[in-house]
Amino acid sequence: MTTMAPTANYGHRDYGLIGREADAAVKAGLKSAEWYHTDVSRKDMKELMKRSDQPAIRDTIIWIGAFVVFAGLAIWLWPSWWAVPPLLAYGVLYGSSTDSRWHECGHGTAFKTAWMNDAVYQISSFMIMRNPTRWRWSHTRHHTDTYIVGLDPEIAVMRPPAALRTALAYTGILDAWDAMKSMVIYTLGAIPAGEKTFIPEMEWPKAIAAARIWFAIYAAAMILAVYLGSWLPIALVGTPRLYGAWHHVMTGLMQHGGLADNVLDHRMNSRTVLINPISRFIYWNMNYHVEHHMFPMVPYHALPKLHALIKNDLPAPTPSIWACYKEMLPVWVRQFRGEDVYLVRELPATAKPHRPDLHGQTQAVAAE
Amino acid sequence: MANWIEACAADAIDAEDVSRFDHGGKTFAVYRSPEDKYYATEGLCTHEKIHLADGLVMDNIIECPKHNGRFDYTNGKAIGAPVCINLKTYPVKVEGGKVFIDIA
Ligand code: FES
Repeated sequence: MTTMAPTANYGHRDYGLIGREADAAVKAGLKSAEWYHTDVSRKDMKELMKRSDQPAIRDTIIWIGAFVVFAGLAIWLWPSWWAVPPLLAYGVLYGSSTDSRWHECGHGTAFKTAWMNDAVYQISSFMIMRNPTRWRWSHTRHHTDTYIVGLDPEIAVMRPPAALRTALAYTGILDAWDAMKSMVIYTLGAIPAGEKTFIPEMEWPKAIAAARIWFAIYAAAMILAVYLGSWLPIALVGTPRLYGAWHHVMTGLMQHGGLADNVLDHRMNSRTVLINPISRFIYWNMNYHVEHHMFPMVPYHALPKLHALIKNDLPAPTPSIWACYKEMLPVWVRQFRGEDVYLVRELPATAKPHRPDLHGQTQAVAAE
Repeated sequence: MANWIEACAADAIDAEDVSRFDHGGKTFAVYRSPEDKYYATEGLCTHEKIHLADGLVMDNIIECPKHNGRFDYTNGKAIGAPVCINLKTYPVKVEGGKVFIDIA
Protein backbone atom coordinates (compact mmCIF):
# COMPACT_ATOMS: atom_id res chain seq x y z
CA MET A 1 0.00 0.00 0.00
CA THR A 2 1.07 3.55 -0.60
CA THR A 3 0.00 6.56 1.43
CA MET A 4 0.26 10.25 0.66
CA ALA A 5 2.33 12.55 2.80
CA PRO A 6 2.91 16.27 2.95
CA THR A 7 6.47 17.53 2.81
CA ALA A 8 7.94 20.45 4.65
CA ASN A 9 6.89 23.56 2.78
CA TYR A 10 9.39 24.20 0.03
CA GLY A 11 7.61 27.11 -1.60
CA HIS A 12 8.34 27.16 -5.30
CA ARG A 13 11.04 24.62 -6.13
CA ASP A 14 13.94 25.61 -8.33
CA TYR A 15 14.86 22.59 -10.45
CA GLY A 16 17.71 24.39 -12.22
CA LEU A 17 21.14 22.79 -11.88
CA ILE A 18 22.82 26.02 -10.86
CA GLY A 19 20.07 27.42 -8.67
CA ARG A 20 18.92 27.75 -5.06
CA GLU A 21 17.89 24.11 -4.58
CA ALA A 22 21.21 22.85 -5.92
CA ASP A 23 23.05 24.80 -3.19
CA ALA A 24 20.57 23.61 -0.53
CA ALA A 25 21.01 19.96 -1.56
CA VAL A 26 24.79 20.25 -1.35
CA LYS A 27 24.54 21.85 2.11
CA ALA A 28 22.14 19.11 3.25
CA GLY A 29 24.69 16.45 2.26
CA LEU A 30 22.50 15.04 -0.51
CA LYS A 31 25.08 15.41 -3.29
CA SER A 32 26.96 12.24 -4.30
CA ALA A 33 25.77 10.75 -1.02
CA GLU A 34 25.74 7.17 0.16
CA TRP A 35 22.49 5.40 -0.74
CA TYR A 36 20.67 2.53 0.87
CA HIS A 37 21.36 -0.89 -0.66
CA THR A 38 19.68 -4.19 0.10
CA ASP A 39 22.19 -6.81 1.26
CA VAL A 40 23.05 -9.25 -1.51
CA SER A 41 25.90 -11.72 -1.16
CA ARG A 42 28.90 -11.21 -3.42
CA LYS A 43 28.30 -14.68 -4.89
CA ASP A 44 24.71 -13.88 -5.87
CA MET A 45 25.61 -10.44 -7.14
CA LYS A 46 28.43 -11.80 -9.31
CA GLU A 47 26.00 -14.23 -10.85
CA LEU A 48 23.43 -11.49 -11.48
CA MET A 49 25.97 -9.03 -12.92
CA LYS A 50 27.32 -11.58 -15.40
CA ARG A 51 27.30 -10.28 -18.97
CA SER A 52 26.14 -12.19 -21.98
CA ASP A 53 25.55 -11.25 -25.62
CA GLN A 54 22.94 -13.86 -26.25
CA PRO A 55 19.74 -12.32 -24.78
CA ALA A 56 20.41 -8.89 -26.29
CA ILE A 57 21.40 -10.35 -29.70
CA ARG A 58 18.15 -12.33 -29.75
CA ASP A 59 16.14 -9.25 -28.76
CA THR A 60 17.99 -7.04 -31.23
CA ILE A 61 17.35 -9.43 -34.13
CA ILE A 62 13.62 -9.35 -33.27
CA TRP A 63 13.82 -5.58 -32.85
CA ILE A 64 15.53 -4.91 -36.19
CA GLY A 65 13.24 -7.45 -37.87
CA ALA A 66 10.20 -5.59 -36.54
CA PHE A 67 11.61 -2.28 -37.81
CA VAL A 68 12.13 -3.75 -41.28
CA VAL A 69 8.68 -5.37 -41.43
CA PHE A 70 6.72 -2.32 -40.26
CA ALA A 71 8.77 0.16 -42.32
CA GLY A 72 8.47 -2.13 -45.35
CA LEU A 73 4.70 -2.38 -44.96
CA ALA A 74 4.40 1.38 -44.51
CA ILE A 75 6.47 2.07 -47.65
CA TRP A 76 4.51 -0.54 -49.61
CA LEU A 77 1.10 0.83 -48.54
CA TRP A 78 2.03 4.51 -48.75
CA PRO A 79 0.20 6.87 -49.49
CA SER A 80 -3.00 4.97 -48.65
CA TRP A 81 -4.50 5.14 -45.15
CA TRP A 82 -3.57 1.47 -44.77
CA ALA A 83 -0.04 2.68 -44.17
CA VAL A 84 -1.12 4.18 -40.84
CA PRO A 85 -1.23 1.00 -38.67
CA PRO A 86 2.29 -0.19 -39.65
CA LEU A 87 3.54 3.38 -39.24
CA LEU A 88 2.10 3.52 -35.73
CA ALA A 89 3.86 0.27 -34.83
CA TYR A 90 7.07 1.54 -36.45
CA GLY A 91 6.64 4.76 -34.46
CA VAL A 92 6.58 2.90 -31.14
CA LEU A 93 9.76 1.08 -32.11
CA TYR A 94 11.40 4.34 -33.20
CA GLY A 95 10.07 6.73 -30.56
CA SER A 96 9.77 4.41 -27.54
CA SER A 97 11.75 1.17 -27.71
CA THR A 98 14.87 3.24 -28.40
CA ASP A 99 14.49 4.86 -24.97
CA SER A 100 15.24 1.59 -23.21
CA ARG A 101 17.95 0.55 -25.73
CA TRP A 102 19.60 3.94 -25.27
CA HIS A 103 19.38 3.41 -21.53
CA GLU A 104 20.65 -0.16 -21.29
CA CYS A 105 23.42 0.27 -23.84
CA GLY A 106 24.41 3.54 -22.16
CA HIS A 107 25.02 1.57 -18.99
CA GLY A 108 27.00 -0.90 -21.10
CA THR A 109 25.13 -3.85 -19.62
CA ALA A 110 22.88 -5.03 -22.47
CA PHE A 111 25.60 -6.85 -24.42
CA LYS A 112 28.85 -8.31 -23.21
CA THR A 113 30.65 -7.06 -26.32
CA ALA A 114 31.43 -3.36 -26.08
CA TRP A 115 31.01 -2.48 -29.77
CA MET A 116 27.52 -3.98 -29.79
CA ASN A 117 26.50 -1.77 -26.86
CA ASP A 118 28.04 1.24 -28.59
CA ALA A 119 26.36 0.56 -31.95
CA VAL A 120 22.87 0.15 -30.48
CA TYR A 121 23.53 3.13 -28.19
CA GLN A 122 24.36 5.45 -31.10
CA ILE A 123 21.40 4.33 -33.24
CA SER A 124 18.98 4.58 -30.31
CA SER A 125 20.33 7.97 -29.24
CA PHE A 126 19.64 9.31 -32.71
CA MET A 127 16.09 7.96 -32.83
CA ILE A 128 15.16 8.99 -29.27
CA MET A 129 16.81 12.37 -30.00
CA ARG A 130 19.23 12.37 -27.10
CA ASN A 131 22.69 13.58 -27.84
CA PRO A 132 24.75 10.48 -27.01
CA THR A 133 27.37 12.38 -25.02
CA ARG A 134 25.17 14.93 -23.28
CA TRP A 135 22.68 12.30 -22.20
CA ARG A 136 25.27 9.77 -21.08
CA TRP A 137 26.48 12.36 -18.60
CA SER A 138 23.02 13.50 -17.54
CA HIS A 139 22.07 9.91 -16.86
CA THR A 140 25.23 9.44 -14.85
CA ARG A 141 24.12 12.37 -12.70
CA HIS A 142 20.60 10.88 -12.48
CA HIS A 143 22.15 7.76 -10.92
CA THR A 144 24.34 9.73 -8.54
CA ASP A 145 21.62 12.10 -7.34
CA THR A 146 18.35 10.39 -8.19
CA TYR A 147 15.45 12.81 -7.72
CA ILE A 148 17.49 15.24 -5.66
CA VAL A 149 16.01 18.61 -6.55
CA GLY A 150 18.58 20.92 -8.16
CA LEU A 151 21.04 18.09 -8.87
CA ASP A 152 19.18 15.51 -10.97
CA PRO A 153 18.76 16.74 -14.57
CA GLU A 154 16.26 13.96 -15.36
CA ILE A 155 13.33 14.78 -13.06
CA ALA A 156 10.40 14.07 -15.35
CA VAL A 157 7.52 15.59 -13.36
CA MET A 158 8.41 18.53 -11.17
CA ARG A 159 6.37 19.94 -8.28
CA PRO A 160 3.99 21.49 -8.93
CA PRO A 161 3.62 19.51 -12.16
CA ALA A 162 3.29 21.50 -15.34
CA ALA A 163 0.03 19.83 -16.43
CA LEU A 164 0.24 20.87 -20.06
CA ARG A 165 3.89 19.91 -20.30
CA THR A 166 3.20 16.47 -18.79
CA ALA A 167 0.26 15.88 -21.14
CA LEU A 168 2.26 17.07 -24.15
CA ALA A 169 5.09 14.69 -23.22
CA TYR A 170 3.01 11.85 -24.69
CA THR A 171 3.22 13.54 -28.09
CA GLY A 172 7.00 13.91 -27.91
CA ILE A 173 6.65 17.49 -29.17
CA LEU A 174 8.47 19.21 -26.33
CA ASP A 175 11.29 16.66 -26.19
CA ALA A 176 11.76 16.88 -29.94
CA TRP A 177 11.70 20.68 -29.85
CA ASP A 178 14.30 20.73 -27.04
CA ALA A 179 16.39 18.15 -28.90
CA MET A 180 16.32 20.15 -32.14
CA LYS A 181 17.25 23.37 -30.33
CA SER A 182 20.04 21.58 -28.54
CA MET A 183 21.23 19.98 -31.80
CA VAL A 184 21.50 23.37 -33.46
CA ILE A 185 23.32 24.90 -30.47
CA TYR A 186 25.79 21.99 -30.38
CA THR A 187 26.16 22.03 -34.16
CA LEU A 188 27.24 25.66 -33.83
CA GLY A 189 29.89 24.51 -31.35
CA ALA A 190 28.38 25.78 -28.06
CA ILE A 191 27.49 23.95 -24.80
CA PRO A 192 24.77 25.51 -22.55
CA ALA A 193 25.92 26.58 -19.05
CA GLY A 194 23.72 24.12 -17.08
CA GLU A 195 25.04 21.23 -19.16
CA LYS A 196 28.61 22.24 -18.46
CA THR A 197 27.92 21.25 -14.83
CA PHE A 198 27.74 17.57 -15.77
CA ILE A 199 29.58 17.17 -19.11
CA PRO A 200 33.36 17.30 -18.67
CA GLU A 201 35.11 19.65 -21.07
CA MET A 202 37.07 16.83 -22.71
CA GLU A 203 33.73 15.33 -23.85
CA TRP A 204 32.34 18.47 -25.50
CA PRO A 205 33.86 17.76 -28.97
CA LYS A 206 32.08 14.37 -29.04
CA ALA A 207 28.73 15.98 -28.25
CA ILE A 208 29.29 18.55 -31.00
CA ALA A 209 30.35 15.93 -33.56
CA ALA A 210 27.23 13.80 -32.93
CA ALA A 211 24.98 16.86 -33.30
CA ARG A 212 26.58 17.68 -36.65
CA ILE A 213 26.07 14.12 -37.93
CA TRP A 214 22.41 14.23 -36.90
CA PHE A 215 21.99 17.59 -38.59
CA ALA A 216 23.32 16.08 -41.82
CA ILE A 217 20.93 13.09 -41.56
CA TYR A 218 17.86 15.27 -41.05
CA ALA A 219 18.94 17.55 -43.88
CA ALA A 220 19.36 14.50 -46.16
CA ALA A 221 15.86 13.22 -45.23
CA MET A 222 14.36 16.61 -46.05
CA ILE A 223 16.22 16.88 -49.35
CA LEU A 224 15.03 13.38 -50.25
CA ALA A 225 11.43 14.32 -49.37
CA VAL A 226 11.63 17.37 -51.65
CA TYR A 227 13.28 15.35 -54.42
CA LEU A 228 10.61 12.59 -54.24
CA GLY A 229 7.80 15.08 -53.67
CA SER A 230 6.67 12.84 -50.79
CA TRP A 231 6.33 13.08 -47.02
CA LEU A 232 7.41 9.45 -46.67
CA PRO A 233 11.07 10.13 -45.71
CA ILE A 234 9.83 12.53 -43.01
CA ALA A 235 7.27 9.97 -41.81
CA LEU A 236 10.11 7.47 -41.36
CA VAL A 237 12.90 9.72 -40.03
CA GLY A 238 12.37 12.18 -37.17
CA THR A 239 8.59 12.39 -36.84
CA PRO A 240 8.18 8.84 -35.45
CA ARG A 241 9.81 10.33 -32.32
CA LEU A 242 6.54 12.27 -32.00
CA TYR A 243 3.82 9.82 -32.94
CA GLY A 244 5.58 6.86 -31.33
CA ALA A 245 6.66 8.53 -28.07
CA TRP A 246 3.59 7.65 -26.01
CA HIS A 247 4.78 4.23 -24.84
CA HIS A 248 8.11 5.37 -23.43
CA VAL A 249 6.44 8.31 -21.70
CA MET A 250 3.74 6.03 -20.28
CA THR A 251 6.34 3.66 -18.82
CA GLY A 252 8.93 6.32 -18.02
CA LEU A 253 6.62 8.38 -15.82
CA MET A 254 5.99 5.32 -13.66
CA GLN A 255 9.65 5.15 -12.65
CA HIS A 256 9.51 7.92 -10.07
CA GLY A 257 6.10 9.57 -10.62
CA GLY A 258 4.47 11.02 -7.51
CA LEU A 259 7.13 9.57 -5.18
CA ALA A 260 9.41 11.28 -2.69
CA ASP A 261 12.31 13.45 -3.75
CA ASN A 262 15.42 14.30 -1.73
CA VAL A 263 15.67 10.84 -0.15
CA LEU A 264 18.71 8.58 -0.36
CA ASP A 265 16.76 5.34 -0.62
CA HIS A 266 15.60 4.09 -4.02
CA ARG A 267 12.81 2.14 -2.35
CA MET A 268 11.20 5.48 -1.57
CA ASN A 269 11.76 7.41 -4.80
CA SER A 270 11.51 4.67 -7.45
CA ARG A 271 8.84 2.18 -8.39
CA THR A 272 8.72 -1.37 -9.69
CA VAL A 273 5.62 -2.12 -11.76
CA LEU A 274 4.51 -5.48 -13.16
CA ILE A 275 3.64 -5.01 -16.84
CA ASN A 276 2.61 -7.04 -19.90
CA PRO A 277 5.24 -8.93 -21.96
CA ILE A 278 5.00 -6.68 -25.04
CA SER A 279 5.61 -3.57 -22.97
CA ARG A 280 8.43 -5.37 -21.20
CA PHE A 281 10.07 -6.08 -24.55
CA ILE A 282 9.70 -2.46 -25.62
CA TYR A 283 10.86 -1.26 -22.21
CA TRP A 284 13.59 -3.90 -21.75
CA ASN A 285 12.53 -4.73 -18.18
CA MET A 286 13.05 -1.21 -16.85
CA ASN A 287 9.77 -1.70 -15.01
CA TYR A 288 12.06 -3.26 -12.36
CA HIS A 289 13.18 0.23 -11.58
CA VAL A 290 14.01 0.06 -7.87
CA GLU A 291 16.22 -2.92 -8.62
CA HIS A 292 17.89 -1.13 -11.53
CA HIS A 293 18.70 1.95 -9.48
CA MET A 294 19.99 -0.01 -6.53
CA PHE A 295 22.18 -2.26 -8.69
CA PRO A 296 22.82 -0.67 -12.11
CA MET A 297 25.39 -3.36 -12.89
CA VAL A 298 22.70 -5.98 -13.34
CA PRO A 299 21.72 -6.35 -17.02
CA TYR A 300 18.07 -5.93 -18.03
CA HIS A 301 17.61 -9.65 -18.63
CA ALA A 302 18.62 -10.52 -15.04
CA LEU A 303 16.35 -7.95 -13.36
CA PRO A 304 13.44 -10.38 -12.79
CA LYS A 305 15.88 -12.69 -10.96
CA LEU A 306 17.21 -9.79 -8.89
CA HIS A 307 13.64 -8.78 -8.07
CA ALA A 308 12.87 -12.30 -6.82
CA LEU A 309 15.99 -12.24 -4.67
CA ILE A 310 15.44 -8.89 -2.92
CA LYS A 311 11.68 -8.38 -3.02
CA ASN A 312 11.34 -8.96 0.74
CA ASP A 313 13.30 -5.76 1.29
CA LEU A 314 11.32 -3.69 -1.22
CA PRO A 315 7.82 -2.21 -1.36
CA ALA A 316 5.39 -4.57 -3.09
CA PRO A 317 5.52 -3.96 -6.85
CA THR A 318 2.64 -2.00 -8.32
CA PRO A 319 0.52 -4.67 -10.02
CA SER A 320 -0.13 -2.99 -13.40
CA ILE A 321 0.30 0.15 -15.50
CA TRP A 322 -3.33 0.97 -14.80
CA ALA A 323 -2.84 0.62 -11.02
CA CYS A 324 0.22 2.83 -11.24
CA TYR A 325 -1.63 5.67 -12.98
CA LYS A 326 -4.53 5.31 -10.54
CA GLU A 327 -1.98 5.91 -7.79
CA MET A 328 -0.03 8.74 -9.50
CA LEU A 329 -2.80 10.86 -10.99
CA PRO A 330 -4.47 11.96 -7.72
CA VAL A 331 -1.06 13.03 -6.35
CA TRP A 332 -0.25 15.02 -9.45
CA VAL A 333 -3.68 16.70 -9.26
CA ARG A 334 -3.08 17.67 -5.63
CA GLN A 335 0.43 18.86 -6.42
CA PHE A 336 -0.95 20.84 -9.35
CA ARG A 337 -3.43 22.51 -6.99
CA GLY A 338 -0.48 23.65 -4.89
CA GLU A 339 -0.36 20.95 -2.20
CA ASP A 340 3.15 19.70 -1.58
CA VAL A 341 2.29 16.01 -1.18
CA TYR A 342 3.93 12.83 -2.42
CA LEU A 343 3.44 9.07 -2.18
CA VAL A 344 5.12 7.15 0.62
CA ARG A 345 6.03 3.59 -0.33
CA GLU A 346 5.27 1.11 2.41
CA LEU A 347 7.89 -1.48 3.18
CA PRO A 348 6.97 -5.05 4.13
CA ALA A 349 7.64 -6.31 7.66
CA THR A 350 10.60 -8.29 6.27
CA ALA A 351 12.35 -5.14 5.00
CA LYS A 352 14.98 -3.07 6.71
CA PRO A 353 13.29 0.21 7.67
CA HIS A 354 13.78 3.39 5.69
CA ARG A 355 15.90 5.70 7.82
CA PRO A 356 15.26 9.33 6.82
CA ASP A 357 17.89 10.39 9.35
CA LEU A 358 20.52 8.32 7.53
CA HIS A 359 19.14 8.29 4.03
CA GLY A 360 17.70 11.69 3.21
CA GLN A 361 16.10 14.68 4.78
CA THR A 362 12.43 14.12 3.96
CA GLN A 363 10.42 13.45 7.10
CA ALA A 364 7.37 11.54 5.90
CA VAL A 365 4.14 12.15 7.77
CA ALA A 366 1.23 9.93 6.76
CA ALA A 367 -1.74 11.92 5.47
CA GLU A 368 -5.09 11.73 7.29
CA MET B 1 61.91 2.11 -1.20
CA ALA B 2 59.51 -0.81 -1.55
CA ASN B 3 56.95 -1.31 1.21
CA TRP B 4 55.41 -4.75 0.73
CA ILE B 5 52.24 -5.35 2.74
CA GLU B 6 50.34 -8.62 3.00
CA ALA B 7 46.88 -8.05 1.50
CA CYS B 8 45.17 -11.45 1.60
CA ALA B 9 45.53 -15.16 0.96
CA ALA B 10 45.90 -15.89 -2.75
CA ASP B 11 42.98 -18.29 -2.71
CA ALA B 12 40.73 -15.77 -0.93
CA ILE B 13 40.00 -14.20 -4.33
CA ASP B 14 38.24 -16.23 -7.02
CA ALA B 15 39.67 -16.22 -10.52
CA GLU B 16 38.28 -13.21 -12.44
CA ASP B 17 37.31 -11.37 -9.27
CA VAL B 18 38.35 -8.56 -6.99
CA SER B 19 38.70 -8.04 -3.26
CA ARG B 20 38.95 -4.96 -1.06
CA PHE B 21 41.97 -4.37 1.16
CA ASP B 22 42.23 -1.48 3.62
CA HIS B 23 45.53 -0.38 5.10
CA GLY B 24 46.81 2.76 6.79
CA GLY B 25 43.66 4.75 6.09
CA LYS B 26 43.78 3.83 2.40
CA THR B 27 41.69 1.38 0.45
CA PHE B 28 42.94 -0.87 -2.35
CA ALA B 29 41.40 -3.30 -4.84
CA VAL B 30 43.26 -6.58 -5.39
CA TYR B 31 42.43 -8.52 -8.54
CA ARG B 32 42.91 -12.08 -9.70
CA SER B 33 42.74 -12.36 -13.48
CA PRO B 34 41.24 -15.32 -15.37
CA GLU B 35 44.88 -16.42 -15.99
CA ASP B 36 45.54 -16.46 -12.23
CA LYS B 37 47.69 -13.35 -12.23
CA TYR B 38 47.30 -10.82 -9.41
CA TYR B 39 47.07 -7.03 -9.69
CA ALA B 40 46.30 -4.13 -7.36
CA THR B 41 44.95 -0.63 -7.86
CA GLU B 42 43.69 2.13 -5.63
CA GLY B 43 40.35 0.98 -4.27
CA LEU B 44 38.09 3.89 -5.16
CA CYS B 45 36.79 4.78 -8.59
CA THR B 46 38.33 8.01 -9.89
CA HIS B 47 34.89 9.25 -10.93
CA GLU B 48 32.97 9.39 -7.65
CA LYS B 49 35.02 7.48 -5.08
CA ILE B 50 32.99 4.28 -5.08
CA HIS B 51 34.59 1.00 -3.94
CA LEU B 52 35.66 -0.91 -7.04
CA ALA B 53 35.67 -4.17 -5.09
CA ASP B 54 31.87 -4.17 -5.41
CA GLY B 55 32.25 -4.10 -9.19
CA LEU B 56 32.48 -6.70 -11.90
CA VAL B 57 35.71 -8.18 -13.28
CA MET B 58 35.60 -9.23 -16.92
CA ASP B 59 38.93 -10.40 -18.33
CA ASN B 60 41.30 -7.48 -17.66
CA ILE B 61 38.50 -4.98 -16.98
CA ILE B 62 36.98 -3.82 -13.69
CA GLU B 63 33.57 -2.20 -14.06
CA CYS B 64 32.58 0.25 -11.36
CA PRO B 65 29.28 -0.58 -9.63
CA LYS B 66 27.95 2.98 -9.61
CA HIS B 67 27.92 4.16 -13.24
CA ASN B 68 29.55 1.22 -15.00
CA GLY B 69 32.78 3.11 -15.71
CA ARG B 70 35.53 0.73 -16.84
CA PHE B 71 39.24 0.48 -16.13
CA ASP B 72 41.93 -1.91 -17.30
CA TYR B 73 43.10 -3.04 -13.88
CA THR B 74 46.39 -4.38 -15.27
CA ASN B 75 47.59 -0.84 -16.03
CA GLY B 76 44.93 1.41 -14.42
CA LYS B 77 43.81 2.92 -17.71
CA ALA B 78 40.32 4.51 -17.77
CA ILE B 79 38.51 3.00 -20.74
CA GLY B 80 35.83 5.64 -21.31
CA ALA B 81 33.03 7.83 -19.95
CA PRO B 82 32.14 8.40 -17.22
CA VAL B 83 35.64 7.57 -16.03
CA CYS B 84 38.29 9.88 -17.42
CA ILE B 85 41.13 9.64 -14.86
CA ASN B 86 43.35 6.55 -14.68
CA LEU B 87 43.67 4.45 -11.53
CA LYS B 88 46.92 4.27 -9.63
CA THR B 89 48.32 0.74 -9.77
CA TYR B 90 50.62 -1.05 -7.31
CA PRO B 91 53.18 -3.83 -7.81
CA VAL B 92 51.99 -7.22 -6.57
CA LYS B 93 53.77 -10.46 -5.67
CA VAL B 94 52.51 -13.81 -4.44
CA GLU B 95 54.65 -15.67 -1.90
CA GLY B 96 53.76 -18.63 0.24
CA GLY B 97 50.14 -18.51 -0.87
CA LYS B 98 49.79 -14.87 0.15
CA VAL B 99 49.32 -11.73 -1.95
CA PHE B 100 51.57 -8.77 -1.15
CA ILE B 101 51.29 -5.28 -2.59
CA ASP B 102 53.96 -2.63 -2.64
CA ILE B 103 52.25 0.50 -1.38
CA ALA B 104 55.37 2.64 -1.35
S1 FES C 1 31.67 6.21 -9.51
FE1 FES C 1 32.68 4.82 -10.78
S2 FES C 1 31.89 5.21 -12.72
FE2 FES C 1 30.96 6.69 -11.49
